[in-house]
Amino acid sequence: MSEPLLEARDLVKHYGTVEALRGASFSAYPGEVVSLIGDNGAGKSTLVKCLSGVEQPTSGTLLFDGKPLTLSSPNDARDRGIETVFQDLAVAPDLDPAANMYLGREILKPGVLGWLGVLDKKKMRRQAAEHFSRFGATLQSIDVPIAALSGGQRQSVAVARSVAWASKLVFMDEPTAALGVVQRERVLEVIKRVRDEGIAVVLISHNMPEVLSVSDRVEVLRLGRRVARFQAADTTVEELVGAMTGALSHEDVA
Amino acid sequence: MTDTKTTLSNDLSTEQRTPLLKRLTGANTLWIGLVLLVLVAVFGAIRPDAIFQVTTLQFLLAETAVLLVLSVGMTFVIITSGIDLSVGSVLVFASVSSAMAMNAVSGGDATNAGWGVIAFGLLVAVVSGAVWGLLNGLLISRAKIPALIVTLGSFGAAQGAALLLNNGSNVSGIPDRLNRTFGSGTWFGIPNIVIVAAVVTALGALLLTTTRFGRYTYAVGSNEEAARRVGVSVRGHLTKVYLLAGTLAGLAGFMGNAFFRVAVVTGHETDNLNAIAAVVLGGTSIFGGMGSVLGTVFGVFIPAVLEKGLVIIGVKEFWQPIAVAIVLVAAVWLDQTRRRARNQR
Repeated sequence: MSEPLLEARDLVKHYGTVEALRGASFSAYPGEVVSLIGDNGAGKSTLVKCLSGVEQPTSGTLLFDGKPLTLSSPNDARDRGIETVFQDLAVAPDLDPAANMYLGREILKPGVLGWLGVLDKKKMRRQAAEHFSRFGATLQSIDVPIAALSGGQRQSVAVARSVAWASKLVFMDEPTAALGVVQRERVLEVIKRVRDEGIAVVLISHNMPEVLSVSDRVEVLRLGRRVARFQAADTTVEELVGAMTGALSHEDVA
Repeated sequence: MTDTKTTLSNDLSTEQRTPLLKRLTGANTLWIGLVLLVLVAVFGAIRPDAIFQVTTLQFLLAETAVLLVLSVGMTFVIITSGIDLSVGSVLVFASVSSAMAMNAVSGGDATNAGWGVIAFGLLVAVVSGAVWGLLNGLLISRAKIPALIVTLGSFGAAQGAALLLNNGSNVSGIPDRLNRTFGSGTWFGIPNIVIVAAVVTALGALLLTTTRFGRYTYAVGSNEEAARRVGVSVRGHLTKVYLLAGTLAGLAGFMGNAFFRVAVVTGHETDNLNAIAAVVLGGTSIFGGMGSVLGTVFGVFIPAVLEKGLVIIGVKEFWQPIAVAIVLVAAVWLDQTRRRARNQR
């Protein structure tokens, strides 16, 4: 693997007196699935927020394609092809799946109508249906509110939406947390398919067997620092848990 | 591989849409419309001679036109899960300032003024409504003060300001020409003021259902955080929605001037509650994210028809607010149960 697509060096993030990140580093390469693991409070979510523009780190540098990068809002990240599936999903429950997928990116009708802000609902519905079936989100109908879908279907919509717009990198914060066995498999399938299209996937998960089955690499955070990096093929659940709990450590230890 | 692809695209050609009939019966709007229809039918069956009289209907429509315009703005506000208690006071303020402005440019009495003055009066009404709406919007979206408190404040402030403008009395001198055309004038038997309200309502419905503005209105009400994360400017959108409600209240004030031939400073204290009741009756969820302008139209007419109907069939009209209250509480209860059932999956 060559140059990292996205790299974080020595990120520090304070919330008041709390240090959520204490010099955390992270890297993601194009076309790989890298898992970010760590115990509760290790700083995973904070790190992802800093990398996706939701929060700004107190200090430290971000590199994107080798060039320094500042993300002042989620839109900054999105403009660079970085999308995020948040743990709390963040969909609009009263809108249908197509409307959710195109929220903030609506397709307008051509000509004067579009200039007036009139939506091309038919086109959005058609393309959304196409996209959902490509990424394995099976929905009985494309025009019911998201709230009427089951938890798993909601999750697949959230995943499919981010994947649709990501051209470089997707963060997935526990995308399989609320899922049944079949849907979990399907989301993992989607993750692999996204990777095969050359997009980097950063997976955050507490499920170690899942991490090992889908990832190419694993990076471990502990107390706000990266403490270990593994090739998924060469490691075991025991080793990962050891790194997470501090029984083993490889790097960045002060 | 190619096989799976073709089957996928076959699935897609049969677009996964719910059939029209099912979509219609699933909507609150249909049932509210039926309630209105039943009311009209019942009163009509009891006293067909009195109910289906042209003047009765004309009066009913004209009286409701002003409230309808207020309620269209309120629909947008409530869909964002907000509330606007100030609409009635803003209406009074706009109506008083517009009447005084017309008088001022006509040397004290605008009774015989021409179209230029009337257009100026319209502008003053709409702009003064818009200013109150903008103030509400900025305080709610930028200063993050709850809508209930902000608009409770402007409810009092706009009423007070209107009273200050003319020392607490009504403003007369509304141009005759305005009253003749838009106040009492009709077009094929339909009062012109009703046509204005109908056009505003139709534009409101189109704005809500077909445009990006409408979709953001639903999205912000449904999940503000989700809207923010996908890059919708939530603050900007909320400001615009309250601006719209204020502007429509300004227009409603001007329509009131045309209809009553005087800018009245009293009698609009409960307009806000009537508009909220109409919107909620019409199936718009007080929790945001759901609703329609068509439902609001039904919701405006249900109390109006009840009031007229009860009077005509000889029931004391004091029963009307009680009947409306029952329907209103039932409507919200129904909305809540539906929501809970839907979200439990």
